[in-house]
Parts: sequence; structure tokens; C-alpha cells
Amino acid sequence: MDISQLLSDLFFDYTLRTVALGALILGMVSGMLGAFAVLRKQSLLGDAISHAALPGIVLAFLLTRQREPVVLILGALIAGWLATLFMIAVTRTTRIKNDTALGLVLSVFFGMGLMLLTFAQRLPDATQAGLDKFLFGQAATLLQSDVITMGIIGALALGLLVVFWKEFKLITFDPEFAASLGFPVRGLDVLLTTLLVIAIVIGLQTVGVVLMSAMIVAPAAAARQWTDRLSLMILLGGLFGAVAGVSGTLISSTAERLPTGPVIVLCISVIVLFSMLFATNRGLVWNWLRSKQNRRKLRARAVLADLNTLAMQHPHEAHGHSVAVLRTMSANPDGVSYALKQLRERGHAYEVSTDVWALTDEGLAQASRNQKEETE
Amino acid sequence: MTEKAIEVTDLTIAYKDKPVLWDVDMSVPVGTLMAIVGPNGAGKTTLIKSILGLIKPAAGQVLVLGKPYTQQRHLVGYVPQRGSVDWDFPTSVLDVVMMGRYGALGWLKRPGGAERAAALDALDKVGIRHLADRQISQLSGGQQQRVFLARALVQGAQLYFMDEPFQGVDATTERAIVTLLQELRSAGKTVVVVHHDLQTVPEYFDWVTMLNVRRIASGPVNEVFTEENLRQTYGGKVAFLSAAGNGKNGKQ
Repeated sequence: MDISQLLSDLFFDYTLRTVALGALILGMVSGMLGAFAVLRKQSLLGDAISHAALPGIVLAFLLTRQREPVVLILGALIAGWLATLFMIAVTRTTRIKNDTALGLVLSVFFGMGLMLLTFAQRLPDATQAGLDKFLFGQAATLLQSDVITMGIIGALALGLLVVFWKEFKLITFDPEFAASLGFPVRGLDVLLTTLLVIAIVIGLQTVGVVLMSAMIVAPAAAARQWTDRLSLMILLGGLFGAVAGVSGTLISSTAERLPTGPVIVLCISVIVLFSMLFATNRGLVWNWLRSKQNRRKLRARAVLADLNTLAMQHPHEAHGHSVAVLRTMSANPDGVSYALKQLRERGHAYEVSTDVWALTDEGLAQASRNQKEETE
Repeated sequence: MTEKAIEVTDLTIAYKDKPVLWDVDMSVPVGTLMAIVGPNGAGKTTLIKSILGLIKPAAGQVLVLGKPYTQQRHLVGYVPQRGSVDWDFPTSVLDVVMMGRYGALGWLKRPGGAERAAALDALDKVGIRHLADRQISQLSGGQQQRVFLARALVQGAQLYFMDEPFQGVDATTERAIVTLLQELRSAGKTVVVVHHDLQTVPEYFDWVTMLNVRRIASGPVNEVFTEENLRQTYGGKVAFLSAAGNGKNGKQ
């Protein structure tokens, strides 16, 4: 399928348009709210919440015998929220630490969810068909009405994020100081966590409970690589999530039986990988280049100092010194010729004859300046 | 009788069933620089946090400038321990300092030009205005401490609580902080500092509270900062104590 066909489908094919729009909303909302979760060191909370949503979904179905997404989402919301409260209660009242409580809640709720799912699938009628799709998500089942619901809930969550921006920023950076100023930190904490639960629940139908935490953590992790400003990080997180959502949908639509949710997660993983490698300031490649440059600069400086030392031992300064001598003086002999070339470019040294070098007047001046700098 | 900045009566705080502070009384007049000293686990930070309402006491009463803290919040500034936050948080120095105005701003309002000006002014006072736009992860320990001090200064408080502001800072920063404390005192403010270096207590402070779960002593440094009280506060570490006693006599 060629690109132009794909793009025209994106706008005119009902199913593809609906799914892409849904994935865009889910990516944007989870990317933006996930940034707060990551900064609050709650990356794994998202994982626990999404797994904990499963029993809520199945129970909501068993109680109402309906498969209306709104009903199931409500079940997921309640279960995710209960799991969070349960986790907070366990950490506060027992000696169990946060990470253990997370693992506990995740496995207990998810196990319960799988059990209920098995039970539901043994029911004689066929209404339960498709409940298991919540495990890995099935984007194709998204209807326009689902997307509208996602849009409204997501907009509400992002609206609250804007309204309480200053407060959320403060309790994320320094909750104790926030409390001393009189802000109800615990209440704001619950509100922010509730927004995270909403972001997760929105995505369950498309991405599924198992992979949803990737949509919380990954966009934020990628965004953090590019910026040192919170506002920009949140916007970038939303952008990365949205891009991954739409491109994942498009890619999975090009082939039969390519599941949308996992492809979306793969897309965001590519964005994360790229950001970790190539982001300015924090990226690995960037850092490697910079440290290489620094090393070269220092090496040139060391060779300059060595040449200066040699010059001091001879009656006239224009006396040349062979590269071999400089190599024996250097901590890194292989870098000497490159360093000499650099010095020549700067006009600090010149080649008297083949492999024999001396300092220029400017090089001598620079060497004594460096020496002075180092002794200070 | 002079006005009291802090009035603590029978304050008791327990963690589970272990008392952290036991029946503490403390009365601090306005305009003093007070150090809280005591060994690790003595409850120094807990005392500050309970005055600020961050920890609920099991018993006792706290008055700040004559009223409960919740009514006096706008008159109090707080400098938490530097290590209590993640300095890799994506924000700038100016942004952190402006957080000191958030309480006065209240809900929904965003910091604007006035807050910005106040923050720059405070950064000037702690000598790091040139770092205003710096990302906070690029700061040294001393600079981090100055940022926290500036954030408390923009609170425009009458009474300041500082939790170990001298922890791990270099000599230059320590001097700068001491100068700042003295300026605050001459402006009539009261400052309470959790402090670790016994040698410098007589030099930096005029009032001291010695704490080890119970309050051992509290009063003017020249009256209560005695070897006997230090021995009671710190237990049997005598060699260390006599060094501190020398410091008290002015031999630095």
C-alpha cells in the first residue's frame, strides 16, 4: 500500500479514521499525564493500575451483562482507583515498602481478573465474546462513540491538569514545602493519581492492560531527553504519544492480522530509543561526541605543554622535536599526530621537517598562559 | 515580657509507639537567631516539621507569633533539607524560587511579573542572580542551598525555619548564609536553624535549644550552652564535647 493511499484512508476510511483518532487521543493523554507519574517516581504505578483494571472490566460485565465500552471503562476506572487506594493503605499501615505493595497489588488484582475472565468465558451465552481482547487490546473494535467518550474524558483530565498546573508542579517537586504553604498535598496527590488512572483506562480498549504502562512511561522518558522545562516535557510527551498512536495504527493497517496495540507500543519504543541515542544534551551519541571533543582539546593542550617543555631545554626555541619524542611523553601516543595537526591549524606549531615539530611564538605564549592557568 | 515568636508547650510526637519528641517546651522571643542542636535521631527535624504542621503531634500545643500555625502561615518561611528533593527535576532556578510565592498567590493564579521580580531580588540577596535561568541539575551543593534560601526569602516571612542549611556547603557559602541570617535578624526577623557544628554555635547564634527526644535546655547561648548541658544532650562522648566547650570560650 502506498503512502498517499494510506493518508487518504486516514481521512476517508471510517474504521481507520476512528481507530487513528482514538490512538491519537490515548497517546496524547497518557503521554502528558505519564510525565507527571515518571517525575513522581511512580512509573510502575501505571503498570499496577492497568493490570488492576482487568477485574473491574470483567466484573462490570458480569454485573450488568452489557459490553458497552462506557460500562466497562467505568468498571476499569473503579478497580484502578481501588487498587491505588489499596496500595497507599498497605504502605501507610504496614511495614511493606512501596515497590512491594505495587507488585502485590498488580499480581493479586491481575490474577483475580484472569480468574473472572475464565469464569466469564465459560458462560453459556455468547455475550462475553471479546472480553479477553482487553488483555492486548483490539483497536478495530473502537466505534466513533467510543472515541467521542475517550475525547471527552481525556479533555476533562487535561483541563484539570491546566487548572491545577502550578499546584501539581509544586507537589511533584517538593511536596513537603507545598504542605508548609498550606496546600492540601494529600488531596492533590489523589487528584493527580486519579487523572493517571483516567489516562490509563482510556487506552485499555486499544492497547490492552498488559502493555498500557508503556504508553505512560515511554513518551515521558523520551520527552525528558530533549528538554529541561516541565511544560515542554509534558507537551513533548503528549506529542510523542500521539505520533506513536497514529503511526502505529497506520502501520498495523497495512498488513492483515497485525495487532494495533503492540505496534503502537513498538512505535513509541522506537521514539524512546532514538531519543536516548540522539537527544541533544542527554543523548548517548551527543555525550559521546562531546566527550570525544573534550578529550581532543585536552590532548592538544598536553602536546602543546610537552613541546614547550622541550623548547625550554634547548638554546633556541625554533629547535625542532621529533614526533617519536612527543609520543614517549604523551599518555596517549596514538593521539599525538592528530593533536599536532590541530595545533598547526591554530597556528601554535609548525612542522620543521618531516615528523619534526616546533612551537610558533604564538604557541609559546599560549603554553605559558596555560601553565599559569593551571598553577592558579 | 517580649513578644514570643514560637511558644511550644508539652509537645509530644510518637512514631508508632516510639516517642520521637517527649514533652518538649520551648519559647523563642522575636528577633533571635536560634540553633537547634542534638545528636542524630534527637528529633530536631521532627520539631520543626511539627511546628509547621507537617507532622501531627500526639499531644501539646504550638503557637506561632501568638496564634496557631494555620492562621500564621503567611508569616512563616521554610527551608527544607537540600536532599529532600530531586535536583534533576526539569525546571530552572528562577522557577524554583518563584515557588515561594505560590502560597501567597493561592489557587488558580499563575506567577507573573511581580513574582519574577521578587524572585530575582531574592537571588540577588543570596548572590546567585546570574544563575537565574540555569537548569537546577547543574547546580553545586552550595548553589542548591542558596536557591532554597532564596525561595524562603520571597515568602517575605517574619519567622524562618531552616533545616541544616550548612549541610555540605563550602566555606564561602557558609559565610554567605551567616551574613544573610544576621541581616534577617537586624530586620527584626526570627530564624530557627537545625545545626550540627557545635563549634560555631556561639559565633553564629544568640539562642540555642538542645534536644535529645526530651528538651535538655533552651535559652540564650551564653547561659545554656554549657558543658554540662552538652554532656546531657550527647551522652558520654566527652572528648568531642570538650572541643566544643573550647569553642564556646571563643577559641576557634
